[in-house]
Amino acid sequence: MPFGETNHLLSLATSNTHKNNPSPDRQSASETEPIISIHGLKKSFGDLHVLRGIDLDVNRGENVVVLGRSGTGKSVLIKIIVGLLKPDTGRVMVLGQDVEQLRGQELDEFRQKVGFSFQSSALYDSMSIRENLEFPLIRNVRNLTQGEIDRAVEEALDDVGLSQTINQMPSELSGGQRKRIGIARTLMLKPEIMLYDEPTAGLDPITSIEINNLINEVKERFKATSIIITHDLTCAKTTGDRIAMLLDGRFERVGTFEEVFADSDERVQQFYNYNFIN
Amino acid sequence: MQSDTTPTNQSSSKPVVTRRLDKFFTNLADVSAFVARFFREAVLPPYEFKEIIRQCYEVGYRSLLLISTTGFITGVVFTNQSRPSLSEFGATSWLPSLIAIAVVRALGPLVTALIASGKVGSSIGAELGSMNVTEQIDAMEVSGTNPFKFLVVSRVLATSVTIPVLTMYTIFLALLGAYLNVNQNEQTSFTSFFQEVFGAITYTDIFASLTKSVVFGFTIGMVGCYKGYHSSKGTEGVGKAANSSVVTAMFLVFIEELLSLQIISAIRGN
Repeated sequence: MPFGETNHLLSLATSNTHKNNPSPDRQSASETEPIISIHGLKKSFGDLHVLRGIDLDVNRGENVVVLGRSGTGKSVLIKIIVGLLKPDTGRVMVLGQDVEQLRGQELDEFRQKVGFSFQSSALYDSMSIRENLEFPLIRNVRNLTQGEIDRAVEEALDDVGLSQTINQMPSELSGGQRKRIGIARTLMLKPEIMLYDEPTAGLDPITSIEINNLINEVKERFKATSIIITHDLTCAKTTGDRIAMLLDGRFERVGTFEEVFADSDERVQQFYNYNFIN
Repeated sequence: MQSDTTPTNQSSSKPVVTRRLDKFFTNLADVSAFVARFFREAVLPPYEFKEIIRQCYEVGYRSLLLISTTGFITGVVFTNQSRPSLSEFGATSWLPSLIAIAVVRALGPLVTALIASGKVGSSIGAELGSMNVTEQIDAMEVSGTNPFKFLVVSRVLATSVTIPVLTMYTIFLALLGAYLNVNQNEQTSFTSFFQEVFGAITYTDIFASLTKSVVFGFTIGMVGCYKGYHSSKGTEGVGKAANSSVVTAMFLVFIEELLSLQIISAIRGN
C-alpha cells in the first residue's frame, strides 16, 4: 500500500488543532514516555462487571494490542479512553490529561489528538467519500482553502490506495475499503494516538493483511501510539509491540506476543490454539 | 451517547406496575433533558447555518410532491362533501367562506403536520437511528464535532421553520382545489371566490395557524431526533425508531391541535 510524501496540510491541521496544547516534538520524545496511563479502572453495566480493575501504561510510539474474548470489555476500554463512556472508578490519563475531567471545548480539542477507528468503520452514509474525509478538516481546521482541502483528501486517499473511490458513496464500497477509508478519515487530523476497534473483524485474510500493514505504516509514518482491540492473533502478532490479555475484567498477562503465549494458563492456550490450529 | 450504550439493570423482583412507572418517569426525565439540551445548544455558538439550510431544503423538498397532492385533494374533497349540507339550506354561496375558515384554521396545518410526520419524522428517526446503530454519531463525537448540535439542533430548527412554510403552501393549494370545484359547480369567478375567502379569515387566523405549525414542526423534528438518537442497537432498533417517530409525532400533533383550539378560542373570546 503506497504511502506518499509527508502531507503539509496534515501538519497544518496539527498546528491549528493543537495550538492551545502544544505537544512535544514526537521525533525527539522519549520512546518510553507513558502517553496513556490507566489505573484501577472499573466499569459495570448494572450487575455485569465488565472491567474489574484495569492497570496499563502505554508508551509513546508503542502499539499495544488488547486481546480478549468477545464481550469482555475491550471496546468499553477504548471508549473510556476517548471519553465516550465514563468509568465507575479509576483514572485514565491521556497525553497528560485526566479524560474524565475534560468538558466541552477541552474535550473536543483532546479528541482531535486521538483517532478512533470504529469496528463498523462508521463512515457517514449520507456523505460521499470526499465529504467523509473533508468533514474532520472542515470542522476542526480554520482558514483552509477548498484547494488545500481537496489536496489533503486526495493525498489521504492515495495513502490508503483508494483514490478511485473519491466520488463514491460508502454503500458502494467493500468492507475492507470501508475500513481503509475509515482509517484515512481518522488520520486527516494527524492524531497522536490511534485506537483501533477490531480492525480486521469480518475481513478476508488478504484484506486483513493489508489492514495490518496499514496499521504498521501509520505507526511508522505518523509516529502514532496505538491501542488495537482484536481477537485476531495474526493481527496481534503483526502489529503489536506488546500484548495485553484481558481475562475476567483484568489484564492478567501483559508482554510481548511470545511472553504472553508462553503461559500455560488454559484460557490463554485455548485462545492461541483456536487461532493457530483451527 | 453514554446512556445509549449502557444496558439498564431491571430487577426482576420489582412489581410490574412499579417497573412501568419507573420506566415512564425515566423516559419523561430523558425527554425533558433532551428538550432542555436542544434549547441550550440552539442558543450557544457555534451555529450550524449551512446544515440548517441543507436540512430545510431536505424537509421541504422531500415533502413537496406529497404535500401538493394532498393539499389540492383536501380542498376538492372538502368542498364536494360540504356542498350537499349547504345546498339543503340554499347556502352554497357560503362555500368559499366555510372552506377558507376550515382550511386556514384547521385542515391546512393539520394535514401538513400529519404528512410531515409520516414523511419527515420517519426519515429523521430512521436516519439518526441508523447513524446510532452504525456508530456514526460516536464517530462524529470523537472527531471533535458536537453531534447533538450538528444532527439534532439543525433538524429541529429546519422542521420548525419549513413546516409553517409548507402549511401556507398547503392552504394555497387546498383553496385552489376548492376554487376549481366551486368554479365548476357554481360558476364562481376566481376574483369573487378569493374575495369571499379573504373576507372570512382574519389576521388572527393566519397568525394562529402559523404559530400552530411552528409547534407541530418542532414536535415532529424533536420526536424524530429523540427516537433516532435513543434507538436501541441493531437493525430492529432503526425500524422501531422510524415507526415510533411517526406514531408519537402524529399523536402529539392531535393533542396539540386540541390544546391550540382551546387557547385560540379563549383568545377570540368564544
